[in-house]
Amino acid sequence: MENQDLPQMDPRALKATSVNADDTSATSAEPQALKITAASSNPKMFTLPWHKPLATWPEELLANLPRGISRHVVRFVHVGDDVYAMKEITRQVAEREYELLRRLQKLELPTVKPIAVVTGRHTPEGDPLEAILVTRHLKFSLPYRALFARNLRPDTAERLIDALAVLMVRLHLAGFYWGDVSLSNVLFLRDADAFSACLVDAETGDLHVTLTEGQREYDLDLARTNIIGELMDLSSGRMLPSSVDEVEVGNRLVERYHSLWSALTDTDKFNPDEMWKIEKRVNKLNELGFDVDELEMKTAEDGKRVLVRPRVVDAGYASRKLLRLTGLDVQENQARRLLNDLDAYRASTWREGEDLEIVATDWMREVFEPTVRMIPPEYRSQIEPAQFFHEVLDHRWFLAEAAGHDVPMAEAVSSYIEKVLPQYKMDSKTVAAINADADSGVVDDEYTYNENNAHHDDDGYNPDDDPDAAVWSH
Amino acid sequence: MAEVVFDHVTRIYPGNDKPSVDDLNLDIKDGEFLVLVGPSGCGKSTTLRMLAGLEEVNKGRILIGGKDVTTMQPKDRDIAMVFQNYALYPHMTVADNMGFALKIAGTPKEEIRKRVEKAAEILDLTEYLDRKPKALSGGQRQRVAMGRAIVREPKVFLMDEPLSNLDAKLRVQTRTQIAALQRQLGVTTLYVTHDQTEALTMGDRIAVIKLGILQQVGAPTELYDRPANVFVAGFIGSPSMNINTHPVVNGKAKIGEDTVDLPKEAVDKLTAEDNGQIVVGFRPEDAGLATPDDPNAFSLKVVNVEDLGSDGYIYGNIITDGSAAEASQVMSDQNKLTTIRVNPRALPKVGDTVKIKIDPSKMHLFAPSTELRLN
Repeated sequence: MENQDLPQMDPRALKATSVNADDTSATSAEPQALKITAASSNPKMFTLPWHKPLATWPEELLANLPRGISRHVVRFVHVGDDVYAMKEITRQVAEREYELLRRLQKLELPTVKPIAVVTGRHTPEGDPLEAILVTRHLKFSLPYRALFARNLRPDTAERLIDALAVLMVRLHLAGFYWGDVSLSNVLFLRDADAFSACLVDAETGDLHVTLTEGQREYDLDLARTNIIGELMDLSSGRMLPSSVDEVEVGNRLVERYHSLWSALTDTDKFNPDEMWKIEKRVNKLNELGFDVDELEMKTAEDGKRVLVRPRVVDAGYASRKLLRLTGLDVQENQARRLLNDLDAYRASTWREGEDLEIVATDWMREVFEPTVRMIPPEYRSQIEPAQFFHEVLDHRWFLAEAAGHDVPMAEAVSSYIEKVLPQYKMDSKTVAAINADADSGVVDDEYTYNENNAHHDDDGYNPDDDPDAAVWSH
Repeated sequence: MAEVVFDHVTRIYPGNDKPSVDDLNLDIKDGEFLVLVGPSGCGKSTTLRMLAGLEEVNKGRILIGGKDVTTMQPKDRDIAMVFQNYALYPHMTVADNMGFALKIAGTPKEEIRKRVEKAAEILDLTEYLDRKPKALSGGQRQRVAMGRAIVREPKVFLMDEPLSNLDAKLRVQTRTQIAALQRQLGVTTLYVTHDQTEALTMGDRIAVIKLGILQQVGAPTELYDRPANVFVAGFIGSPSMNINTHPVVNGKAKIGEDTVDLPKEAVDKLTAEDNGQIVVGFRPEDAGLATPDDPNAFSLKVVNVEDLGSDGYIYGNIITDGSAAEASQVMSDQNKLTTIRVNPRALPKVGDTVKIKIDPSKMHLFAPSTELRLN
């Protein structure tokens, strides 16, 4: 990474890490002994079989979770009570990505949390092994392919795109150029009726003070191409509803991105007697889930008009409000739904004159907690409490509509658990199919493709005998 | 097919007073493979990103095929950034994996098939076109990803450290493949790397850049045989050139107790700023063992020797004042030692003092004040 613009960078990002993957280090010596630079002090990290290629780690260590397509070997590993994602890559790339993810975390952007870089790995025979980048597995998150492996609403692709557009705008506002935007490089979390997206692969990214239009447009153009490709692939695998037009979905990203970007950054012109329009603008941004921290207002050169532009915007307007009231840390749309329910509770208990903080405490105790306590244990790692609550509210509404009268919460919960929740279960066969797909894109690991060839190639082909060198001489 | 021209191009990042790329003038000829090489922070990636349209140009112009693209959006420049981690799609055939971007762009089906088949032939993937990635080896998968860039038939390929995320084995293999592929395709290519070995083995020409300033452009042998300044001399070549500053006495370089003849025309170019000194450089293979009474030879205290079978290397300290510098201290940084390549059957012992003679026609002389070449 060439950090020429470091002097101007957010100091939080500058002080994020001790790791410096400056590209001169590419020629520096590899560490001779195992070295773990970690952002967490989980002692179990030291007991893992670092001397073995990741693709050969014992089954009992692995968490059977669906993985996305990657060019490198990736595995989910149980480490104590945590699940970590491990990616085997070259030391330079691992250090660089760790450093970048640390910086993005300090800027409070939605990315996976980097845990460690493990270098200096060797087999018992002394052969060097590639480095491993360790990140925390984002609980409840799913790669897009896992979402499409289930029966989903036909507009799923569009909802994923909307989440990706928000993520891209947030990263671009913070000066992050991604260089490889795709559905594969993102994890999705359910967020009420929508999704929220989280960056998982920063290999090609760069952090700048601000991005040029060229950087943003290139990112967007590449995102569009990659997304259409990914959807075409799902379509080839008969996992995409036939009504979905891949190119249209790709174009939707471009539209959503541009409209969100201009809502957040455009300058409005008002007459001095139209100052209410400022409030309107702020409200619109709140609806989009953004807080306005700073507003720039100046008079136009003719002295008759006021120019207004948001200077600093922060995502998570509703989720911050809910966090403040209840201590619940949830996605933006979930927060909005929970806040609405809190409002309804306040009205139905005739407590509109009371402090919202006090009402919120009672709502937690009387409504939210009793509901989410009913999540059956086998689903607790599959669905977030806030999402469960949201879906129960939806279900209750449908029940009430069908019955023609209100339905008690307890009854709605039982019905939901019986009728809807089972959709969340993903059987191990589906996970295995998704992971086999993911592995077929791995470029740099002989363990992965040797095994695949053994199963699927019957022409006696042996990759070890691949006459690559000869190919290039003719 | 297109020529690329950087015409007095400057990039200054906001908040910096020094340019990251300073008044760059560089032509990449039609079909040429030009490698831009330099240490970290030298401005090489910034240069590539300006050509890609990712970075603004503060001064100067960039032309592709005679057309000024300085302010043009990246997607309108007809360039391809190669292997930015292209993913392989498991349910699509190799042909579709290579050609889907053309499909999005609305290229007619027959044209897509034609281009994919052509690329497959070059990449030796013809028999795999209807297979899925699962049935391919790692090397073949890597080539499918290359195919995705090739079928676009862009005017210019841009590659920014494309080998950095490959393991050592695949890196050497891919290096050869990219170079051979580029020659077959004849597409103008700008390749950025910090690795001078990659530069020497791949490029038609190499441009060396340091702190935003272009140092030298030329064919690999040109840079190796006639580096224009001390930086290029030290940067290009592995093991690197031996470079030391010595006093000039009576037109000769004084190395310890010994003197080495210098060409008169080089000594004449020294100025008062050089303080009666000269920078003498020679490559490890351009010097050899001499007899004790050989004139024009200097003494070297041997610190380490290596026998590689085909070659032998002597690492030592030039004896400057009768005693070698503290040997154990220098051992930790072998780069600082003088390196000589010799016949492995004639290796001296560690601790010996030997006489070394530089091939006078292979001596590189530089002025200490300007660091520019004198001969």
